[in-house]
Amino acid sequence: MGEKDKLPRFEEAILPHMDAAYNIARWLTRNERDAEDMVQESYLRAFKFFDAFTGVNARAWLLTIVRNTCYTWLRQNRGRELMTEFDETIHSEENEAWNPAAQVAKEIDSRMLAQAIEALPAEYREAVVLRDLEGLSYKEIAEVAAVPVGTVMSRLARARGRLKRLLTERLKEKA
Amino acid sequence: MNCEATQTLLDAYLDGELDPAGRLEIERHLQECTLCSQGYEGQRALKRAVDGSGLRYKAPEDLRQRIRFALRKEANTEKSQRTVPRRWFAAAASLAIAALALLVVLPFLRERSADDLVAREILAGHVRSLMANHLADVPSSDKHTVKPWFDGKLDFSPPVEDLAAQGFPLIGGRLDYVDNRPVAALVYQRKKHFINVFVWPAPSQKQSPTNKVERQGYDLFHWTKGGMNYWVVSDLEQNDLKGFVDLLQKG
Repeated sequence: MGEKDKLPRFEEAILPHMDAAYNIARWLTRNERDAEDMVQESYLRAFKFFDAFTGVNARAWLLTIVRNTCYTWLRQNRGRELMTEFDETIHSEENEAWNPAAQVAKEIDSRMLAQAIEALPAEYREAVVLRDLEGLSYKEIAEVAAVPVGTVMSRLARARGRLKRLLTERLKEKA
Repeated sequence: MNCEATQTLLDAYLDGELDPAGRLEIERHLQECTLCSQGYEGQRALKRAVDGSGLRYKAPEDLRQRIRFALRKEANTEKSQRTVPRRWFAAAASLAIAALALLVVLPFLRERSADDLVAREILAGHVRSLMANHLADVPSSDKHTVKPWFDGKLDFSPPVEDLAAQGFPLIGGRLDYVDNRPVAALVYQRKKHFINVFVWPAPSQKQSPTNKVERQGYDLFHWTKGGMNYWVVSDLEQNDLKGFVDLLQKG
């Protein structure tokens, strides 16, 4: 394929996924300005390495780059957040969070939900966002986050358990 | 299937990620176990709340434009790196565009105040430096390289600051032409944004306060200090740029 039509090919395959890219960047950086910088940087990087794209799943390919860009940034700017919050083994309270909370979910508004998602560790947050807001399959999330499918599954379960606990606490405070 | 296994697989079940055999086993257990089926309802309600929350952010339109523009620029750079004649062509084209822009703009200029006119020239100089990929004649982050480079090219010596520690690394310097005279242009960088600082001698030693002008999405700061005119221009966020200006004025 000639170098000449790299840009149109890239624009056609990758530009349509900008909302997905921005969404995940926005949730990972938790602010607009940095999210915009992340997306722009990711797009330029994607363009540079476009020859390496196999043409199969453009969205997952782009989101992998966005995620890596965001994590590099998080490590540089919010290193402590990444290190302290994420530890797969410290969640002995999972069973307690198991309490059914159908009622809870009906009473929460989207602002509360957004705050709860933002309070999740980055790895949990991205799993929820990629699955529930972007509709990626476990396999795609595994590809984007470079972890086995089993890890995606347990991250999602833990993330939702935490969400439920956070929201229950919130509603109790409100009541 | 027992409760523990059900808990582990419940999310995958909800997400439709289990194979038929696994689905069947879960469903069987949920029918038998009240606790697990309550847990399932809660989990399902939560998932529905997230799904229907409208919390998906959309890329702003101006970001879209910026990225398209940046990609086009990048594509041109890649091409011109491959073939030298294309680079000449690009240079000639941007020169033609600049000339054309000048022709269009010139009639309007006469009515403007002197500062306004300079502001236009400054902005044009900034845009041109990025457009033609001509940021620096002397690309260096070392002020002891950049400052002496102007010797013999200008009849004054521009102050060059090292602000890398404050997050504004020096990219280099070049000659430019503003207000009917050759001036020093110093280029700094902040993340992806470039800052052009134009410096030339003022007619008097009088100090002037800092003026700010906004034009076509760019911010320009202008002041006179120590017998020098300073113009700072960038598309950097205004507060960041103001911080940079403060650093320069202290220096």
